[in-house]
Amino acid sequence: MIDPASALGLSEILLALLVALPLAWAVLAFALGPGRSGWVAVPGLALQLSIALQLAATAIDTGTAIHHQVGGWGAPLGIDLRGDGLALAMVLLTQVVALPLALYARLFYLGRGEEEAYFWPLTGLLVAGLNGLFLSADLFNIYVTLELVGLAAVGLVAAGGKAPQLSAAINYLFATLLGSMAYLLGVALIHGAYGTVSIATLTPLVTAQAPLAVWLAGLLMLVGLMIKTALFPFHGWLPPAHGGAPAPVSALLSALVIKGTFYLVLRLWTGPFAAIAPVVEWLPAALGSGAILWGSWRALRATRIKMLIAYSTVAQLGYLFLIFPLLEGAGAIEAGVMQAWAHGLAKAGMFAAAGVLIRATGQDLIGGLAGVVGRMPITLFAFGLAGVSLMGLPPSSGFLAKWLLIEAALIQEQWHLVAVVLSGGLLAALYVFKVIRQAFLAPPEDVHLAPVPRNLEWLALALSAASILLGLRGVELMALLVTGEVG
Amino acid sequence: MGVCGVLLLRHLLRRILAFNLMGSGAFLVLVGLAQRDDIANPVPQAMVLTGIVVAVAATALALALARRYHHLSGRSSLPEGGDD
Repeated sequence: MIDPASALGLSEILLALLVALPLAWAVLAFALGPGRSGWVAVPGLALQLSIALQLAATAIDTGTAIHHQVGGWGAPLGIDLRGDGLALAMVLLTQVVALPLALYARLFYLGRGEEEAYFWPLTGLLVAGLNGLFLSADLFNIYVTLELVGLAAVGLVAAGGKAPQLSAAINYLFATLLGSMAYLLGVALIHGAYGTVSIATLTPLVTAQAPLAVWLAGLLMLVGLMIKTALFPFHGWLPPAHGGAPAPVSALLSALVIKGTFYLVLRLWTGPFAAIAPVVEWLPAALGSGAILWGSWRALRATRIKMLIAYSTVAQLGYLFLIFPLLEGAGAIEAGVMQAWAHGLAKAGMFAAAGVLIRATGQDLIGGLAGVVGRMPITLFAFGLAGVSLMGLPPSSGFLAKWLLIEAALIQEQWHLVAVVLSGGLLAALYVFKVIRQAFLAPPEDVHLAPVPRNLEWLALALSAASILLGLRGVELMALLVTGEVG
Repeated sequence: MGVCGVLLLRHLLRRILAFNLMGSGAFLVLVGLAQRDDIANPVPQAMVLTGIVVAVAATALALALARRYHHLSGRSSLPEGGDD
């Protein structure tokens, strides 16, 4: 039996380590250069995963959030970290997705030194930024971590790329900078109005009195974050960036980076802006519905496999934003986080599988996949499993997420949301089957598949299978979510 | 004005400059709003300092990307519209 006080003391240090560790291995990876750096990153990520699991277990046991003031400096000058159920759930997702992807990337980059040289340090920065983002307790630190995540992600898209990738990266850079500047302006207005940027102190202040400047600030932050999340109609930068990057990078970006900004919208919405948010609650839901329909439509029309997956990301993001009108009732946050997990794992698996297919066939047209099923059944199975989760068939986690969403919508009699969710699932089924059907067609005579490391295929399968299995083990995640909601 | 610049201009260097203009505006608001009473408040100044560091890093990255893009494609503005 561990003394609760000492367990919490240990957790505080572990919380700080979650941010410090990836930074440390990012620097080490940069110093070691390509080839050896993967040997630093993979143990680092494994350690982070165990820390995140440990913290989640502590949080469930004690039922309280974990605080830590870095270096003993309190707010406002110091950096406060705060891990409650929602934050820890997202941190856990980050490590769970990043670790298999790191293993995948090690194999993927074998013999491609120049690209690998950039990949590891930037991934370390990205993971550090994401962990910091999820754990930050004040608005300004969130801005800094947002920029860290954004710049690392842009670097990943651009690394070792040709002109199209660079042009996608530059567009992405401008989108993300525009988003963070809008967010920063919002922070400035809030600080001007209240003289504090700590989320915990702001909540009662905004509830008590909200001058016009705060409304403007809230709107600016919301729009800025929606640009960075690539919510329809701000999604223009996403498909070229995610579709053009190498497979491990696409998977990281699609599964994790956009979740970071979604988490922020959710956190602000349920925290400081809870009092004024309901006035504009229809906005994210309307845009989310637009995203589901438009993204699915474009995915259906896509001719290149990674473009199809990227547009599918746009569509799946729509579900995340459907929860906002439902937040007053029960189950909406659970639905959102479950969808974030389901999409994170499934999309990582899907991009990983697509990377294997592209490597094997030497091109990325969906039309070129004919006959793949006989040669690479594991990869195609991985793609199919991820597709099942995206469509929301039981027993996948995608099903659980959509079920929670529909249940919350039914209880609050928001029928139009139910219709959007159901039609989105149908459209997802259409575009997933478009790929799978092609793979089952008889191959042309002169088909030649390049050899691909077998472990790449298995890792893609592991990610997709995790997305399915999570549907059976969703209870633990839900238990984590409710911890530390107050205080 | 900076926002319009980032959205509308096609030339990459101009867009980067426009972004810096936008950033300066946000920093001025941050410092200016906090300066209503006569005592200088160190917290927003520390924030702006951090913000400036971030903006410089972002500008450097943008310039590096723009230069490499110019090197690879021979153009200094992005093509209109994306391909699918």
